Amino acid sequence: MKHTRLVVCAIGAALGALSLNAYAIFKGGAVPERFGWLAVVVFAAIIALTMYVTYLAAKRVKSTQEFYAAGRSVSGLQNGWAIAGDYLSAASFLGIAGLISLYGYDGFMYSVGWLVAYITVLLVIAEPCRNIGKYTLGDILAFRNDPKTAKTMAAISTITVSTFYLTAQMVGGGVLVKTLIGIDYEISVIAVGVLMLAYVVFGGMVATTYVQIIKAILLVTASILLVIFTWAPYGFSLPGFLEAVVGDAKVQAQVAKLLGDAAANMTPQELGQRFLEPGLYLKNPIDQISLGMALVLGTAGMPHILMRFFTVPSAQQARVSVIWAMAIIGGFYVLTLFIGNGSAINVGAAQITAIDKGGNMAGPLLAQFIGGGAESLLGNLFLAFVAAVAFATIVAVVAGLVLASASAMSHDIWVGVIKGEHATQEEEVRAARISALIVGAAAILIGIAAKGQNVAHLVALAFAVAASSNLPCVLLTLYWKRCNTGGIVLGMLVGAFSAIALVMVSPNMTYPKIERAKAEKAIEGVTPKIAKLEADLAAAPDEASRAKLDGDLTKARKELTAAQDTIKKFEGQETSMVGLEKPLIELRNPGLYSIPLGFLCVIIGSLLWRDRRSDEMWDELYVRQNTGIHAEQATAH
Amino acid sequence: MAQAMDWRAIDAHPQFQELHRRKSRFLWTLMIFSVIYYFLLPIGAAYFTDIFRIKVWGPVNVGILFALSEFIVAWAIAFIYARVASREFDPMADRILRQADSMRSAK
Repeated sequence: MKHTRLVVCAIGAALGALSLNAYAIFKGGAVPERFGWLAVVVFAAIIALTMYVTYLAAKRVKSTQEFYAAGRSVSGLQNGWAIAGDYLSAASFLGIAGLISLYGYDGFMYSVGWLVAYITVLLVIAEPCRNIGKYTLGDILAFRNDPKTAKTMAAISTITVSTFYLTAQMVGGGVLVKTLIGIDYEISVIAVGVLMLAYVVFGGMVATTYVQIIKAILLVTASILLVIFTWAPYGFSLPGFLEAVVGDAKVQAQVAKLLGDAAANMTPQELGQRFLEPGLYLKNPIDQISLGMALVLGTAGMPHILMRFFTVPSAQQARVSVIWAMAIIGGFYVLTLFIGNGSAINVGAAQITAIDKGGNMAGPLLAQFIGGGAESLLGNLFLAFVAAVAFATIVAVVAGLVLASASAMSHDIWVGVIKGEHATQEEEVRAARISALIVGAAAILIGIAAKGQNVAHLVALAFAVAASSNLPCVLLTLYWKRCNTGGIVLGMLVGAFSAIALVMVSPNMTYPKIERAKAEKAIEGVTPKIAKLEADLAAAPDEASRAKLDGDLTKARKELTAAQDTIKKFEGQETSMVGLEKPLIELRNPGLYSIPLGFLCVIIGSLLWRDRRSDEMWDELYVRQNTGIHAEQATAH
Repeated sequence: MAQAMDWRAIDAHPQFQELHRRKSRFLWTLMIFSVIYYFLLPIGAAYFTDIFRIKVWGPVNVGILFALSEFIVAWAIAFIYARVASREFDPMADRILRQADSMRSAK
């Protein structure tokens, strides 16, 4: 790694040039074209900062302990920020604020599960894993189960979970960067990939950790600023602020639109209040509970989250880091309540959805509004800052995932299984770097190949797989005396496959027949409307009403073309990817079935299998996970 | 590296058994409580909508307060656990650790 310095500088320069080039190809993102330079400056500043950190880290990373676990020298507070950085992906940063801005109460309720998940991590996972583990999920499972089998299973599962999550991040990230600043989708996917690879390959866990911390601090700062400016006009009063939400005409219009016919007899005040009540977004409570189960149990089974606990010096520090993470993550979600509602009254649902249907632009547009609007310098500076933070978020989360997959490949598969634990430090670090390059390249290719695909459900699927396969195996290995290799194999396989299979037959998939039927219905509805609008337009008495009708007509025609395109797109197709005409189950989230099944299979597999080693190692495992005797030590610096 | 430990002996030691008993009871009680409290939110929002709608403080209704209480409860659980773990479990584990060392050197 003699040339590290050179290469890091070269990548920095290349990305700098790329962002300058990007200036020339800005075309109609949320940042107006003439303020594009602002975005370039803010992006370049953040990229430069993270590259500098990577450069410093690269000098330090020589041993496996440095590469995989940052020398176990990260403090509890730092690790708390890094966990928050790993966890607050663009989906939660922009997505939840967006859901609140469009659907009010339900968006806020949705955020709760993401925090509660950390109670599981804190109470039953973090400290025992720190005490008995080394670098990966595979190390935890290999403690008392057959090492080669356990490591193979853990590596497969780590790579599966990370790939689902990674794909969602890459595709979502590419779309996001395009929407924000107008860079081409492919270029932003490559930029995210290259930058992330620079962190992981050169700086390993050290750089990844500090990038997470920087990003989390930026994210929280941006959110606090947004909330102060949004809330100040109401004297920081909660009822005063919500009063404004209830009384806002844009909010009332959005609720009326969501409720349809049911809104006919409601007063404007009632409509506004309805925004603060449940049921505008989440219609199926069973699905909600199913998703909640996946979150509460899946977070604790996420390989990139588990890995974070190996970076601290002791189990006590692992505990401290979860406490900090919970304070930061929870505080952040409380802030989104204000960001989302603030965006609903200051920007309005109509304008938010005009740029992005899912509401992802609620936060950024609020930033622009607070700074003085779309035409102001300050407004666009705020917007550029939030956009850069979103970009850093994507890169940092992807880096964490790639590091987890690469560690599984090099530490579990290459060293643990293929080389039979015989590899020198240098060999293993080199293998880890090569694995990171392979995973990173794959992530970029998948990101480009999956362009335009609906990947939103992949995040939920990643959590469901982690909750149904990794968590039952880890939990029962740690706490159940009879658990053994047979249980791990059966539980991992059945848990993961059932979660994936259930999603394949769920309403998440695209069903051409249903899509066509929907489009046909839309055409039926919109055709007479167009005819009527055309007649009205011809008879319009004055300029003003003509302009309004003209606008409505354009909108209706757009709807018609969209529906016709859908029919054309699905022409000749009858069934979904797995050959179904309609979904077999109603549930979008498989957790409700697959999680209990995962647990059950670990138990059945353990009871059917005989494994002397699992039995013999139980005393040692149980004593060590509770006391920290012989836990991996930190390297002295 | 350290000599081999007699793990079975430590596991069977009354002090370790005491730690195990107290810790298990405490952890699983907190865990079950927090899971139940969390699921009350989606269940309440779906099946007790009328209660969630009751306004208590200007436009602030029971639903919003309940959702906010989820955050308070999560933080409270974290705080309680951290306190009990550092005041009770850590010293117990420390004592066992010291005893284990002396047990090994006595051999």
